[in-house]
Amino acid sequence: MGELAFVRTGCFDALKGSGMPINFLAWKPGPRAAVIGLPFFWLSVFFLLPFLLILRISLAQMDGALVTPLTTLSDGVLTIRIHLASFVQLVSDDLYFATYLVSVKYALITATICLAIGYPFAYFMSRSDRQWQPALLMGVMLPFWTSFLIRVYAWKSLLEPNGWVGAPIHASGLDEVLAFLGMIPSPDQLMYSPFSLVLGMVYTYLPFMVLPLYATLSKMDLRLIEAAQDLGATPWQAFWRITVPLSKSGIVAGFMLVFIPCVGEYVIPELLGGPETLMIGRVLWDEFFSNNDWPMASTVAVVMILVIIVPIAIFGRNQERAQEAS
Amino acid sequence: MFGRNSKRFARLWMVLIFGFLYLPIVSLVVFSFTDSSVPNVWGGFSLRWYKALTTDTDLKESLWLSLKIATCTATAAVILGSLAAASLHRYPRFFGRTLFSGMVNAPLVMPEVIVGLSLLLMLVSMQRLLGVPDRGMITIWLGHLLVGMAYATVVIQARLRDLNPQLEEAAQDLGARPWQVFFLVTIPMIAQALLSAWLLTFTLSLDDVVLSAFLSGPGATTMPLVIFSRARLGLNPSVNAIATVVVVIVAIGVTVASYMIAQQERRRSKDVAAVQRAH
Repeated sequence: MGELAFVRTGCFDALKGSGMPINFLAWKPGPRAAVIGLPFFWLSVFFLLPFLLILRISLAQMDGALVTPLTTLSDGVLTIRIHLASFVQLVSDDLYFATYLVSVKYALITATICLAIGYPFAYFMSRSDRQWQPALLMGVMLPFWTSFLIRVYAWKSLLEPNGWVGAPIHASGLDEVLAFLGMIPSPDQLMYSPFSLVLGMVYTYLPFMVLPLYATLSKMDLRLIEAAQDLGATPWQAFWRITVPLSKSGIVAGFMLVFIPCVGEYVIPELLGGPETLMIGRVLWDEFFSNNDWPMASTVAVVMILVIIVPIAIFGRNQERAQEAS
Repeated sequence: MFGRNSKRFARLWMVLIFGFLYLPIVSLVVFSFTDSSVPNVWGGFSLRWYKALTTDTDLKESLWLSLKIATCTATAAVILGSLAAASLHRYPRFFGRTLFSGMVNAPLVMPEVIVGLSLLLMLVSMQRLLGVPDRGMITIWLGHLLVGMAYATVVIQARLRDLNPQLEEAAQDLGARPWQVFFLVTIPMIAQALLSAWLLTFTLSLDDVVLSAFLSGPGATTMPLVIFSRARLGLNPSVNAIATVVVVIVAIGVTVASYMIAQQERRRSKDVAAVQRAH
């Protein structure tokens, strides 16, 4: 193993010629073991282990300030006690189910809107003058560097009836349309509604959509489009049949980067959402901080992971493939 | 490839999106100078909210704590992120590689409430068993490091992929020791990725609410937690003032960093050109 690592890294090739005894180094843990081992160990302890732990706590019950142990050993009898109370409660109480559904719904709406406005944006960016592209990219990144919390907070004052966005919406009668669509409770209130929630989430996550889209679109071979047009395709046909399929990995990456964190979003629903937009991140927060019910909070988290595990797997595979292709 | 009208449409679309992205920031800055106590009413120019900041001990103490945590997070995240990126870049196969790459990428998308809850419950169990760590600065730092490391890995890995491996090989052929290759060739070539990873994780840590809320203890309140509790209660012009200060600091930091990166890039391309001429 040591010998193999040795050959593969090639790092010590120089030493071979320097007269250093190779065997002396070979039995020491090689650089490979240290380079991989340290982050691997760190992630296992602080990322993987905590997940196993919440799985275990979700199968326990509160016992005073502690949770009940899963296994007890007394008089030579090993007892395994699995409490399914939290899971039963989660399944039997419609509120939880409805909340998961609402969270997935708003995450899907947000990701779809981000794609609809982000795709043309990324496309125009990638086709603009080469010399302008770094500046445009910087323009997308810069808000990302300034505090997200503060930018979400800013929407609170923008959406007030006399705010910079609220006033034009009221003046143009758009508020009636939004109320008709059920996105705001009444024409005079924009804040604390599905509208303000989705607006805040689209605003926050739009760069996560634009950046992967831009990355794939700017790498595309434009000669393919010329070829399509030479063969008689209209610009529209070339766009739908060449550009869009070729940017698929960017679309998948962007969609997942928006959808997955939105499902468990806490800060935006708390600041901009209303009573009908109870999302699962807030439920988890309340179970933990207000009810002090660790098993229930863990159960909510475990089920949330089950909801997003498939999207995460799709995202991971998409990233691996994109890396192999490049 | 499209006509003149679509070019106009493209320009309009980009202006609208950039307007959407920057409108909240502009409004924050503008209304931080208002004389009214409601931050969306213009009551004449004044610096009263900035003056109020100087006596706001809660905010000042939390800012100091946040800066300390962000500095430690960014430094540790760049070190761990470099190691993780090097592992994934250099070794196409090793035991548990799929799990490893999954664990590196998952914090990027994993909802923060899950990461915060699971890490807190583990640290609480650990504290009961071992007596360390107490909830406070260290536990917040651990949480930020977990997410920061994932971002740092992505940034550094992207740079490593673009590198020309022949340069490292050439240094080895010319007799450089492995550590010399690493410090004299590899590090200077990925320096700008390290710098941007550092800045990115620094700002992420400076900005985080959810992880900090789960992992903070008595007496360890970070700046976003203070801002969040005020923003929850309603509009507060002191938030606008502190926001403007943050925006200015970030703008200066990013400008300086991108100037440095551009300079370095120019110097390097000059060196490469000189070498190519010599051949």
